[in-house]
Amino acid sequence: MSDQVVMERNELNGLFTALQSQGYTIIGPTILDGAIVYDELASDKDLPEGWTDEQDGGIYRLKKRFDKALFGFVVGPYTWKRFLDPPEKRLWRAERDGKDFHIVPENETPPKYAFLGVRSCEIHAMAIQDRVFLQGEYHNTTYKSRRESALIIGVQCVQAGGTCFCVSMNTGPKALSGFDLALTEVIEENRHYFVVESGTIRGETIIAGLAVRPAKKTEVAEAEKRISHAAENMGRSLNTEGVRDLLVKNHDHARWDEVANRCLSCANCTMVCPTCFCSTVEDVTDITGEHAERWQKQDSCFTLDFSYLHGGSVRSSTRSRYRQWLTHKLATWIDQFDESGCTGCGRCITWCPVAIDLTEEVEAIRKSSSMESDPPIEKGKS
Amino acid sequence: MTKIEKPKLAVWKFASCDGCQLSLLDCEDELLSVAGEIEIAHFPEATRQVIKGPYDLSLVEGSITTPEDAKRIQEVRRVSKTLITIGACATAGGVQALRNFKDVKEFVSIVYANPAYIDTLNHSTPIAEHVAVDFELRGCPINKMQLLEVISAFLANRKPNTPAHSTCIECKRRGTVCVMVAGGTPCLGPVTHAGCGAICPSYQRGCYGCFGPMETPNTLSMSEGWKTSGASEDEIARVFRTFNAWAEPFRKESETHDK
Repeated sequence: MSDQVVMERNELNGLFTALQSQGYTIIGPTILDGAIVYDELASDKDLPEGWTDEQDGGIYRLKKRFDKALFGFVVGPYTWKRFLDPPEKRLWRAERDGKDFHIVPENETPPKYAFLGVRSCEIHAMAIQDRVFLQGEYHNTTYKSRRESALIIGVQCVQAGGTCFCVSMNTGPKALSGFDLALTEVIEENRHYFVVESGTIRGETIIAGLAVRPAKKTEVAEAEKRISHAAENMGRSLNTEGVRDLLVKNHDHARWDEVANRCLSCANCTMVCPTCFCSTVEDVTDITGEHAERWQKQDSCFTLDFSYLHGGSVRSSTRSRYRQWLTHKLATWIDQFDESGCTGCGRCITWCPVAIDLTEEVEAIRKSSSMESDPPIEKGKS
Repeated sequence: MTKIEKPKLAVWKFASCDGCQLSLLDCEDELLSVAGEIEIAHFPEATRQVIKGPYDLSLVEGSITTPEDAKRIQEVRRVSKTLITIGACATAGGVQALRNFKDVKEFVSIVYANPAYIDTLNHSTPIAEHVAVDFELRGCPINKMQLLEVISAFLANRKPNTPAHSTCIECKRRGTVCVMVAGGTPCLGPVTHAGCGAICPSYQRGCYGCFGPMETPNTLSMSEGWKTSGASEDEIARVFRTFNAWAEPFRKESETHDK
């Protein structure tokens, strides 16, 4: 990594121009229908200047800030997986030739994305999805091509949201790697600038073309101070000590029934989760029967179809589905991928219409857990 | 090339507004393809020409509200190899099932000059309460793309792709921001069957539940949430009493709040 540099606020659009001249489509935070989402940006004018978000269980509100911060908020309902692995995509088409048929593969020219404003928890989420989609023999080719060409421009969090708990999950607020560039926004009384760090050669090359100068020690210290402030103000926390065994050994805990009474099984938590990766496949024919298509669509373990095997759904109760989701995310994900599936971004808490909070659920189980015995075999409950 | 005889389609109307069967005519671009693959044998809304049954596929719109219709649906079933109900009236009793919560005789006495001429049932009921139904397509009105999917699936002898999960999944896939979480707007999306493509939230309105209850609707938890945000019992009862008022999960929830 090179030494850090400083870019004044009014030079930021130079970054946009540089990226565009290199053929990147810039995706970053912008306001849509009362929330900050990720979408294509034409210039720094599309950023949510002077806006912040207030978040709590089941509540998200945009609020005006007292300054002109461009990244003065945390994470919204969108995740980068929307761009790396689109929620609906055609895998192939088939055309009938008399009594036979032939397959027409999808030939996507992968978009060349520059993701601007990626938070530390989101960089970790991408690394988690890399293991899911790129590890082993079979790869998600859409994800692979998009991920490889994507430029990651991180933004270090200088404030924490009401549902954030990245400190607990050891995924933030400061991104240490996984980015090409990382920006820390500093607003002082009469100054607005970014401390910029490059994480790759690609990042350094981009910096070389920008109006920057070496950062002073005091400027780096100002940036660090703000990141520490975020770390100290997490809205939520999760005690991860022994959480794998805690959940695996409490399959029959009464809390699962209690949360099932509130859970809508609407799947919002899984849809907004940056690491949830499940999809379903739909085969469709048109009215003539001459053309068929196979589509992959983002799916959720909260639907009945998800666990439909011969004769019915394996997880017919909401209790079993919520338990499956939480246990996978925080416990069996570790068995499967050697790490937790949770980054502490808090989206599942904010975007749950009835404010179910996984940190509360884990705590409730921990308070009255039976850690001694092995999980009992269930009878009659699924 | 000689083509195998085309399957015969019949469209039947019971108590309804006709909107769902018009979805078929509304197919426009695909209508010629439909007519190319299936013989439209009985569809009074489209043509006076009627070809005698039996029919390979019957699409039934509307609910049963009169003694005469209760008999007629039996006849429709007898002449139909496959019977698919389309729309909230046929699958749940429709908005006219609001009568089910009150005394219909009282309505008749107030509304009609000569109540003696009115021969109506106390309840508006879905088709499946009267005859065996092979498939139910939800919606008020149905989504024409889903109707095409159901007809295509019938022709290909496959299962139609009409997921029964929540409307939220459609919202999130299309990238609509949640109106409830971000705007505080009451929305039935979490308890409503997918199928419309989540139209209302994309215009920043709450879901009205036109497609009826989803597969595992937790209406009680929704109501509790609204109560906490200040909704009255009356308001909650009304939310569940629209086009799918008589669908069991919505009916039971509204009855809990109707005191």
